[in-house]
Amino acid sequence: MELTLGPIPFHWSAEARRDFYARIADEAPVDTVYLGEVICSKRAPFFEADLPEIADRLERAGKRVVFSSLAEIMLKRERKATEGLCAGEDGREVEANNAAALLHLSGRPHRVGPYMNVYNEETMAFLAGRGATHFALPAELPRASVAVLAARSKALGVGTEVQVFGRASLALSARCYHARAHGRTKDNCQFVCEEDPDGMDLDTMDGKAFLIVNGIQTMSRSYVNLSGAVPDMVTLGVTALRLGPQKQDMVAVAKVFRLLADGEIGPDDAGARLDALELGVPFSDGFWHGEAGYRRIAHAAAAGA
Amino acid sequence: MTTAELVCPAGTPAALRTAVDAGADAVYCGFQNATNARNFPGLNFTPDEMAEGVAYAHRKGAKVLLALNTFPPAGKFGLWQEAADLGAKYGVDAMIVADMGVADWIRRTHPGQRLHLSVQAAASSPEAIRYYVEAFDIKRVVLPRILTVPEIRALAAEIPCEIETFIFGNHGLMVEGRCSLTNYATGLSTNMDGVCSPANDVEYRREADGSMSTRLGAFTIDRFAPDETAGYPTICKGRYRAPCQPDGYYAFEEPISLNLSRLLPDLMAAGVHAFKIEGRQRSRAYVRQVVAAFRAAVDAIRAGREPELANLLALTEGQKETQGAFKTKTWR
Repeated sequence: MELTLGPIPFHWSAEARRDFYARIADEAPVDTVYLGEVICSKRAPFFEADLPEIADRLERAGKRVVFSSLAEIMLKRERKATEGLCAGEDGREVEANNAAALLHLSGRPHRVGPYMNVYNEETMAFLAGRGATHFALPAELPRASVAVLAARSKALGVGTEVQVFGRASLALSARCYHARAHGRTKDNCQFVCEEDPDGMDLDTMDGKAFLIVNGIQTMSRSYVNLSGAVPDMVTLGVTALRLGPQKQDMVAVAKVFRLLADGEIGPDDAGARLDALELGVPFSDGFWHGEAGYRRIAHAAAAGA
Repeated sequence: MTTAELVCPAGTPAALRTAVDAGADAVYCGFQNATNARNFPGLNFTPDEMAEGVAYAHRKGAKVLLALNTFPPAGKFGLWQEAADLGAKYGVDAMIVADMGVADWIRRTHPGQRLHLSVQAAASSPEAIRYYVEAFDIKRVVLPRILTVPEIRALAAEIPCEIETFIFGNHGLMVEGRCSLTNYATGLSTNMDGVCSPANDVEYRREADGSMSTRLGAFTIDRFAPDETAGYPTICKGRYRAPCQPDGYYAFEEPISLNLSRLLPDLMAAGVHAFKIEGRQRSRAYVRQVVAAFRAAVDAIRAGREPELANLLALTEGQKETQGAFKTKTWR
């Protein structure tokens, strides 16, 4: 089972990114690391010059590096950046998160990211026929559909990846909600999203934790935690488990999922170890169970048993 | 200048006839299931109604566009195949698709069928649109409501297909086809089930202090003072608290409708081929008024006259209207 670390969705400083990936390279038992800016093209200039060095460092540590493309593409600079990334001049794989990237990548091996809508086996087969080798599935897909897709991916000879940890992406927009919260617009945002390295909390008017704002993206307040479903995913033929980076001890999180994926510990033990990290954020697994995404079904079932 | 086809909503057979009679060049409609993005109780067409609707529209010289604009979850693809087969059998003029698997299947199974790319496919760049055109022979793209008029003009010069834009109705804030907010709160998916804020999960709750809370699933979407009118709880139009907004604010957008009637001449000059009026969930009276008003405006512009812009404010959500991103990019 491949363990992967998704791209950082938040606006972390260049220094924070360098430190984060240095520690991932040295200590995190992940096989693959996705790099690059997927949410806001305005952030990229702050850290993209560091990416070659970060990529080299990760590869020297034995990790596979994949570059992820922008999820929303509209402006000239976004179109050019995507075209440049997809040219693949440094030989590394690219994960497409937008159909614009697919235009450039079709006919060559590439990955398909979770911001692409691969909901069914027909879409998977179509994209595999045009060079896709690996599919990170949308966060809201229930187990029943993942089961069908994993079976089809085996027949097609491609990989299937499911996010098992971290905030779920729930929506994208052309408007920046971080800027809006501070009375600004996207064009004069002054990079206010950097103040919230794990996203900005949105609570309901009666004070209940609900969502997270991350620039143009809206995310789940909860961290997805599918540790309870990992043995099931192994059986279904899922080939990769994705961890979404949070401002937390991701090395500790990765170690738990590594042991779980390798069958060294069971899901109950893994769940207890993740609880013991006291991350201060509720867990959820509702989407996997075909229920409201914010819910934590496995936990409730265990408590009721 | 383009022909400026007026594409109008038909949530029911009666609305279809109303829209056609009021001057629609085309109507769009769907079957009574998850294959379309307005899968609401009491809306949409049985197979027999679809056959009759197509016949009625064709008799009056109008086209019928079949909305197949959701994403079939793996294991349920057959429902979308059945809907496409029926549409082909009844002779719909185009199918509006979002899912690549659905588009590819129709292209292989019904090779002559005209395809439009739904706004749910979120194709917002020339490259994304070209990808769909080359892969599925898409003839028209419905643009996301995020581009300014100059951006649309530039786009039109770069793509090998027709452009359709929204012109009136709901003003969705999230990139369509990329929003799982309803599923996060309720367990029903906009992409897979064709619902947004399903009525069964909506609650209007009178609080002890006389205020009204509107709720979706387990979450309060907005709270209204006793003298305020409570709107329908849609997540992207609710009020929430953030650390920098402790008293609450419209985090995404206010309850407001899109009204581009004043930009109509500019959009026609920019190369937009078709204008979509949103509102398959709206009443026949609404459809009649809005379609008639836009019919008169388009005809006036094509005849070189100043369009008389009817006052449509009364028909907008909360009687508030916006030109969104179309007028200025500072909206973003």
